[in-house]
Amino acid sequence: MNRIPEKFAQLKRQNRKAFIPYITLGDPSLEASFEIVLELCRAGADIVELGIPFSDPLADGPVIQRATERALQRGFTLRSGLKTVAKLREHTEVPFLLFSYYNPLFAYGFEQLAQDAKASGIDGVLITDLSVEEAAAPVSVLQHAALDSVFLAAPTSTDDRIEKIARYSSGFIYAVSRTGVTGAQKSISDEVGPLVGRIRRHSGLPVAVGFGISEPSHVAAVWELADGAVVGSALVRCIEENRANPHLAQKVGEFTRWLRGGV
Amino acid sequence: METLPFDRWPDAQGHFGPYGGKFAPETLMHPLQELEHAYLEVKQDGAFQAELNRLLREYSGRPTPLFRAERLSQHLGGATVYLKREDLNHTGAHKINNCLGQALLAQRMGKRRIIAETGAGQHGVATATACALLGLECEVYMGEEDMRRQELNVFRMRLLGATVHGVASGSKTLKDAINEAIRDWVTNVRHTYYLLGSVLSSHPYPMMVRDFQAVIGREAREQIVEREGRLPDTLVACVGGGSNAIGLFYAFLNDSSVAMIGVEAGGRGPALGNHAARFSGGKPGILQGTYSYVLQTDEGQIANTHSVSAGLDYASVGPEHAYLHDVGRIRYCSVDDHEALEAFHLLSRTEGIIPALESAHAVAEAVRQAPKLGRNHLMIVNLSGRGDKDVQTVAARQD
Repeated sequence: MNRIPEKFAQLKRQNRKAFIPYITLGDPSLEASFEIVLELCRAGADIVELGIPFSDPLADGPVIQRATERALQRGFTLRSGLKTVAKLREHTEVPFLLFSYYNPLFAYGFEQLAQDAKASGIDGVLITDLSVEEAAAPVSVLQHAALDSVFLAAPTSTDDRIEKIARYSSGFIYAVSRTGVTGAQKSISDEVGPLVGRIRRHSGLPVAVGFGISEPSHVAAVWELADGAVVGSALVRCIEENRANPHLAQKVGEFTRWLRGGV
Repeated sequence: METLPFDRWPDAQGHFGPYGGKFAPETLMHPLQELEHAYLEVKQDGAFQAELNRLLREYSGRPTPLFRAERLSQHLGGATVYLKREDLNHTGAHKINNCLGQALLAQRMGKRRIIAETGAGQHGVATATACALLGLECEVYMGEEDMRRQELNVFRMRLLGATVHGVASGSKTLKDAINEAIRDWVTNVRHTYYLLGSVLSSHPYPMMVRDFQAVIGREAREQIVEREGRLPDTLVACVGGGSNAIGLFYAFLNDSSVAMIGVEAGGRGPALGNHAARFSGGKPGILQGTYSYVLQTDEGQIANTHSVSAGLDYASVGPEHAYLHDVGRIRYCSVDDHEALEAFHLLSRTEGIIPALESAHAVAEAVRQAPKLGRNHLMIVNLSGRGDKDVQTVAARQD
């Protein structure tokens, strides 16, 4: 079994829900990302989403846009990013989900990317601008490389679309909590519950909810409704605010423990 | 792969050969389907088409003339050059053809809030105009660099009642304006209509915008046959996203005797970042909803672009152009800033027509080709817009 389904199975046995942090790989540097990810794992991350910086992140709000710019200015390359993943794999068995726009993966050569990602220790891939309409070929490449393929479902997705999303997804399904780009919100949208319910009618896969989750109360609320909570922008903002701090990783760890309701 | 006559694309999934398709965040996918259904409905709806045609005629001034450019032709000493005068449309460019169509569609779909991106400002002005006409709310995203070089159009949009949002990210040009418009759309999709200005982004936009612009070629075909008794030999148009070009070319795609040239922006030179010549400098990739030629680094990061003309300054190109390029139906070339400016002056002096800098790229290609051809060679250049908006840019470069 791959690490992602194995993790959800284990959580289920323990009657626990998944905490899934997102970071932009290479922000503020790959060395820092390495330390941050290890700290996230120590702080109780169940899966880590590793964002691949892209010059035109049209589904992202300002916080992740800025993180992307910082990483690209530092000279991020996919190759160097995967090397960092391989180094991380020597230290942790926490599942890694590669989170990217399609073009950087496509430019690398998608089949090669799938093989190299798998070899470096990536467990699944989520491509924000890959619709299920265009997914047949890339998903078979991912399957061939034994990588899970995670798709987004949105409040605007019809049941018909959710059914297709379920068919192409493995590992888990990522429910987008509201219409909009990534970014912290004051409260969790009323649309989450009904969306998770509709996904459950079409799939037995675990459902994780993301977009706008930025406080312990949000995480707890999502855990009531779904199998996992994804925190992206709030964590990336914590990295941004502490990027010059010599104890950056530690700060991110403290923030993560706070979000999970530990401290 | 499926083979279809050139004018039968896209297929049901929005592909032109391997290009096009739908590469959008999931939140937008159902709205794109709704848009496609609504568009296919009005395409067959006589009352809708009659209303659109009435507006094109009575409001925009169509049909636009096909003008035989005698003095330019004489000066070049070769082919007989005709100009399709899209610059004589209301608002001064071909953009209004598409905006009237889509604004009527938005009204039909019950969407009262319209958003748009704009590069040179021509599409923003045309959108603001159509919204004023139909009483719709209008917000336009425009890169700050483009706002600076197309100040007049920013003022016009505001006069027309539109809100203009400056975009400060990336290169502050068209690509960044599209990113921001998509971010708005993904947030407000339930009550907002995204009125996209070119044959770009996800299906159905490339098909729909082409259909609304195809009036250019339908008219030109009738006009040249009436005037000369035969089809033209060559069509020339500039290609940013490519809506004016496909608009002119579409009615002629299956006429194998008609050659077609798409002219991209050669900018300052061939180094990546200095131009917007996607076919010579780019490779296939996915940007802003569609699969097409894209100027990018080896890492798949989108390259910056440059052109003296804001409307051509974009890293990708309509997917239908990518297909027609690959199958060899259309030849694509580029014209640099300097050649475009020379053509701008030449057309102004020989014909009393000040072209948009975008259209001046097409004129410049005619300047290169016409002298090699005989008088009986009929060439139609799409004069997609007028140059009033560019006089400051041109004046500044003469200082």
